[in-house]
Amino acid sequence: MRFYEYEAREIVKRAGIPVTDFGFATSATEARAIAERIGGPAVIKSQVLTGGRMKAGGVRFADTPDEAEQHAEAILALEIGGHMPRGVLVDPKAQVKQEYYAGVVWDGTRKRPLMLFSDMGGIDIEQVAEEHPGHVGRGHYSNLLPFPDYQAKQVIAAAGVTGSALNRLTPILARLARLFRERDMTLAEINPLAQLGDGSFVALDAHMEMENEGMPRQQALLAELGIGADEGTREGHEPSPFEAAVKAIDAADHRGVIQGKDTGFHGNLGLVIGAGGGSLTLTDAVRGHGGRPANYSEIGGNPSVAKACGLAKAVLRKDGVEKIAVMMSIVSNTRVDIVARGVIKACLELDKDPAETIAIFRIPGAWEEEGSKILDRYGVDYCDRSVSMHEAAGRAVAKIQGAAA
Amino acid sequence: MPGLFIDVEVHDSVGDDVELAKKLEEVCPVDIFKATPGGLEIREEQLDECVLCELCLEPAPPGTVRVVKLYDGTALERT
Ligand code: SF4
Repeated sequence: MRFYEYEAREIVKRAGIPVTDFGFATSATEARAIAERIGGPAVIKSQVLTGGRMKAGGVRFADTPDEAEQHAEAILALEIGGHMPRGVLVDPKAQVKQEYYAGVVWDGTRKRPLMLFSDMGGIDIEQVAEEHPGHVGRGHYSNLLPFPDYQAKQVIAAAGVTGSALNRLTPILARLARLFRERDMTLAEINPLAQLGDGSFVALDAHMEMENEGMPRQQALLAELGIGADEGTREGHEPSPFEAAVKAIDAADHRGVIQGKDTGFHGNLGLVIGAGGGSLTLTDAVRGHGGRPANYSEIGGNPSVAKACGLAKAVLRKDGVEKIAVMMSIVSNTRVDIVARGVIKACLELDKDPAETIAIFRIPGAWEEEGSKILDRYGVDYCDRSVSMHEAAGRAVAKIQGAAA
Repeated sequence: MPGLFIDVEVHDSVGDDVELAKKLEEVCPVDIFKATPGGLEIREEQLDECVLCELCLEPAPPGTVRVVKLYDGTALERT
């Protein structure tokens, strides 16, 4: 789940990290009142869940409350990247001595949070890491054990920070690391983390993303921030008809899990993929063989036949899909016979011949023998775990390319 | 709509056994059986959801409930 900047800053503030005396306004009059309270130059920032605010004119500087009101009015009417702002954030213009970066991100490979720190803030951390690797400190920490401050200190020191700055920054990164864990975040970023003229530090911008599955545990926080359940996860894009259809099928039946994404996919080979991280690997393998996936999908946890059928139908109904590849990873415990029934049923209900339509069925899973019998009965080409995921993807691509030739 | 993959056959001799019908409704994890005042109803739209768990074979007298796998012609039944 994504947060607006004003919410992210509030989360940071609640964690004990210093922030400016910012305010959130949904009208120009409110923005003016906040600027009057600030009593000096202010920054007016559009609150949208998209990047490119500065370039689009969504961040403006005001020297007086009058100016703040005018800018707020303009920004509130400004669409950025297809998003209308939720409001504006009015922030005192800080006298910044130096900008730093502090962030924590979930490292899916190491299955641990990863702290990142740089003394070059205000720009993308990816760019700093690429161009000035010596200015980025990194460090994983446990998701279970208590977090000791010295781990944060090591990461900051690795970015070349010393002396009193190191001592003052340590509790900030440590609090961010704890916040990340306690609030079920997948990303918690302060950029820039500014050092002011008096040597103190303050978060000038924050970016937070929460694990969707963590939302029920964080209901109290979400309610305090005024975020209603109707807002969902605030995904970055409107779900496509395919994505919405798959989501609805999944929600209607508690058995098993299916997922489908097709934003950015325009291929002719539909994918129904299951288990153990196989979805990404197999989608990549299809691409690696020169194939064009029509979608990304996941199926697992022993869905009903109806659910497997629903996913396969949604894939087959997509524009441009000629064939479907059903591929299970080696660690699948999902029943092969149930998925086979679902996919074959989808073909038949759409008046398609399963033998022609299913390019390959890689069957590792539970009840393989029963699955084989069903696939045999309908003449579907299948393989077991002796054929690697890479080879199975290759066979599917060869078949669809052969059909096109 | 009958199942594409699975059929369930119940012998006439137990078709109106209300107690058995209730038992079958209770044990089947995918709601294929429905107990009615007149006995037993098979919910055809659920047939393909059968997970071949054999739980329905236990409460019925041997041979009176058969779960037929239409894809290979074999059946699950208590002998
Ligand atoms: S085998 Fe199991 S799932 Fe199938 S009909 Fe009997 S009880 Fe229901």
